[in-house]
Amino acid sequence: MTRKKLVVIGAGMASGRALEHLFDADPDGWDVTLFNAEPRGNYNRIMLSPVLSGEKSYEEIVTHDETWYADHGVTYRFGEKVTEVDRIARTVTGENGTVDYDKLLIATGSNPFMIPLPGHDLDGVIAYRDLEDTNRMIDASATQGARAVVIGGGLLGLEAAAGLRMRGMEVTVVHLMGHLMDRQLDPAAGYLLRKDLERRGIDVRVSSNSKEIVGEDGKVKALVLEDGTELPCDLLVMAVGIRPNTALAAEAGLAVGRGIHVDDQMITSDENILSVGECIEHDGAVFGLVAPLYDQAKVVAATLTGRDAAFTPKELSTKLKVTGCDLFSAGDFAEGEGREDIVYRDPARGIYKRLVIENDRLIGAVMYGDTADSNWFFGLIQSGEDISEMRETLIFGPAYQGGAASDPLSAVAALPRDAEICGCNGICKGTITDAIAGGATDLGAVRAQTKASASCGTCTGLVEQVLQVTLGDDFQAPAAQPICGCCDLTHEDVRRLIKGRELKSQDAVWQELGWKTRNGCHVCRPAVNFYLLADWPLEYRDDPQSRFVNERKHANIQKDGTFSVVPRMWGGITNAAELRAIADAADKYDVPTVKVTGGQRIDLLGVKGEDLPFIWADLNEAGLVSGHAYSKGLRTVKTCVGTDHCRFGTQDSTGLGIKLEQILWGAWTPHKVKLAVSGCPRNCAEATCKDVGIICVDSGYQVGVGGAAGMDVKETERLVDVASEAEAIEWTTAFIQLYRENAKYLDRPYKWVAKVGLDWVKETLASADDRARLVAAFELSQSIYRKDPWADHAKQAERFQPLADLTLEAAE
Amino acid sequence: MSWIDICAIDEIPLRGARKLKTSHGCIAVFRTADNEVFATSNTCPHKGGPLSEGIVHGQSVTCPLHNWVFDLETGQARGETGKIATYPLKVEDGRVLIDGSGLTARDAA
Repeated sequence: MTRKKLVVIGAGMASGRALEHLFDADPDGWDVTLFNAEPRGNYNRIMLSPVLSGEKSYEEIVTHDETWYADHGVTYRFGEKVTEVDRIARTVTGENGTVDYDKLLIATGSNPFMIPLPGHDLDGVIAYRDLEDTNRMIDASATQGARAVVIGGGLLGLEAAAGLRMRGMEVTVVHLMGHLMDRQLDPAAGYLLRKDLERRGIDVRVSSNSKEIVGEDGKVKALVLEDGTELPCDLLVMAVGIRPNTALAAEAGLAVGRGIHVDDQMITSDENILSVGECIEHDGAVFGLVAPLYDQAKVVAATLTGRDAAFTPKELSTKLKVTGCDLFSAGDFAEGEGREDIVYRDPARGIYKRLVIENDRLIGAVMYGDTADSNWFFGLIQSGEDISEMRETLIFGPAYQGGAASDPLSAVAALPRDAEICGCNGICKGTITDAIAGGATDLGAVRAQTKASASCGTCTGLVEQVLQVTLGDDFQAPAAQPICGCCDLTHEDVRRLIKGRELKSQDAVWQELGWKTRNGCHVCRPAVNFYLLADWPLEYRDDPQSRFVNERKHANIQKDGTFSVVPRMWGGITNAAELRAIADAADKYDVPTVKVTGGQRIDLLGVKGEDLPFIWADLNEAGLVSGHAYSKGLRTVKTCVGTDHCRFGTQDSTGLGIKLEQILWGAWTPHKVKLAVSGCPRNCAEATCKDVGIICVDSGYQVGVGGAAGMDVKETERLVDVASEAEAIEWTTAFIQLYRENAKYLDRPYKWVAKVGLDWVKETLASADDRARLVAAFELSQSIYRKDPWADHAKQAERFQPLADLTLEAAE
Repeated sequence: MSWIDICAIDEIPLRGARKLKTSHGCIAVFRTADNEVFATSNTCPHKGGPLSEGIVHGQSVTCPLHNWVFDLETGQARGETGKIATYPLKVEDGRVLIDGSGLTARDAA
């Protein structure tokens, strides 16, 4: 069978979803060529706001990665603009060549509308549309005291304002209408929203008309309002609306109005050309929210595979993706003849709910502060059922109907099968319960099978409740576990938020991330302490009181309460003077056991806590320093004798081991780190089961990472082959720093590499710039931590003694 | 009660502890982030871990050996049947005083 040729212009959310449906229905029928002017594939554009606020990273919002395109045989041409569509020859021409099609799908999306104010072309005036805009906002917020003005108090403008504010900018929102989000909210809810935003430090100006943008040296300096007010700013974001991007379609001679005209089957005025998404006009309407786009995508796939389907616009609901601002609106809530309002307010809690009823049917709802029942109300609006029976108690939600108990789950249990759970993807409760009955018993499986909660994610809790109601006690808690009972966030979330929101103290973390305890517990506090010191080496210092006893005391506690003392032997090399000092210390402090360790050094076991500062001082005297045998940091660098003595040795493995140990020692890491350097592939130093293991060969150095020889046994995987010792050191240091910046606390490198993928590690380190940055960041941190903790502690010997000895009192 | 001056409050690290030797065994003296002080037995009833070496969080300490968590006010172990002795303590003019009745060698004799 010959495959048909489909060309898609635009790799956005609508065309991406259409392709998914197409490949589901007909996996082998199509050769697809995908053009995108943006230099990347399909990502979840509506999640840019959490990226802006620092709550998510770009990687997390990628919908289709290269593997996905490859698996489905999609030829992608990203970063390439389409210059011409020839409908007679049925070809599409891009900057790098022409391709012919049987069917063409135009998904060129929309362009942000820029108000043609004087100065709108100044540097620093941007829209909020794509990743580039988001990154420009993030960059602008990095400057201390930077100010931003956002024109437009709609969904997008407010998400931009809240994100910039979370990044520390001074933000003013300028809105033309009398209240914020005037298309979705009534004035009362708009007022509460404004109050919430002002409480966050955002300056809100409604009924304000912009007059001109003034600049200096070609860069934006301030926005001047109609009334003469001047708002100084370093960044001006215009978020006043979008316009369907119809230029290409119009040039090709397709019928175009406000958008590209399509019929119910999403076919344009040319039978071989379909169109989908924000660029279309259907029955006089254009579209900006994601839910109808996904409905259209379904129809596109059906039309292409010869099935009957028709697009019918549905009621839409709106939620704002600003953490802490709960609002919901749906349907028609304008006042009018024959319409009745039911209003509920709780000023103390900032709650406002308003229902609009016409002919005993619910036709609109606006809620602020408490949106728990919003889906139930939305269901009533969509079904149009008669609500006269429950009119008295309607506003209190489903829990109060039919005498059901006010259990938080009962609202979900009460939802009918056709109640919509996921607004983005139009997934009803029945679809989810069917998937659950079919074996999808956790959030991930439901998401994979139905797409429910897979887009903006605000309905995740609701989907979990459906799981809980349907499965009862069989429901397993979601896999993403919070660090501990003190908070609701995962390790990964906390790391990202510490970076993104620039939290530089424990108290900032407890407060900003909503810790439920005064100062954490033994599980979360050591982790938070590490994340802070790894990300802010100069602003934050390691807190010994947040360290497990071994790291606080710089010695390993043994089961009888005594400690072990292990001095460092660089690369496993020692000499007679050091050995003599160790022997003397063993005598002087009655050390019961002296043991040679697997890391090529000597362990003095059974030292009393009170003696620690004195034995350290004695060892310091002989030039010996802490071996950090107790720390989540660099332990040992095991070596063989290499070219110095061995007839097989190819490089100076001992010398490299010593150099590495002298660079890395003292650094705190998420878990302990052990290295080894072998002088030839016979691998006498057992480098292939270390966190980083280097094997010397004639041509240079093979650097392997992610080995293990503990509870798990695992061979290292090759990170890189390099020719020189300096490169081996650079790659090793950069790898350790990457691990410090990204891994979860208590994940050894092999566990971390398994999570992020060796390919990602390799890609990141392949860039010379990134390696240089990582090495510099590591050196900055080492300017604080590359020193002997024993020498510090030996000076405070009194801390190691009991406070007082009341047993002696009788003798006085 | 007979109050014995054992140390200045600053000699105990914030969110930390020091050890006090008595003829009835070691006592751990804790200082919380909010500058409250508590005295309890230094010995975990589970496997004898030294509680003065544990991580102090809120009004609790976690034993360094197997992570049993004790309420410093009551001595009760969280989620376990086990309890440690607690001792009256007070702070006056920046000095920490412990009730010595029952603790000194004289009482043991």
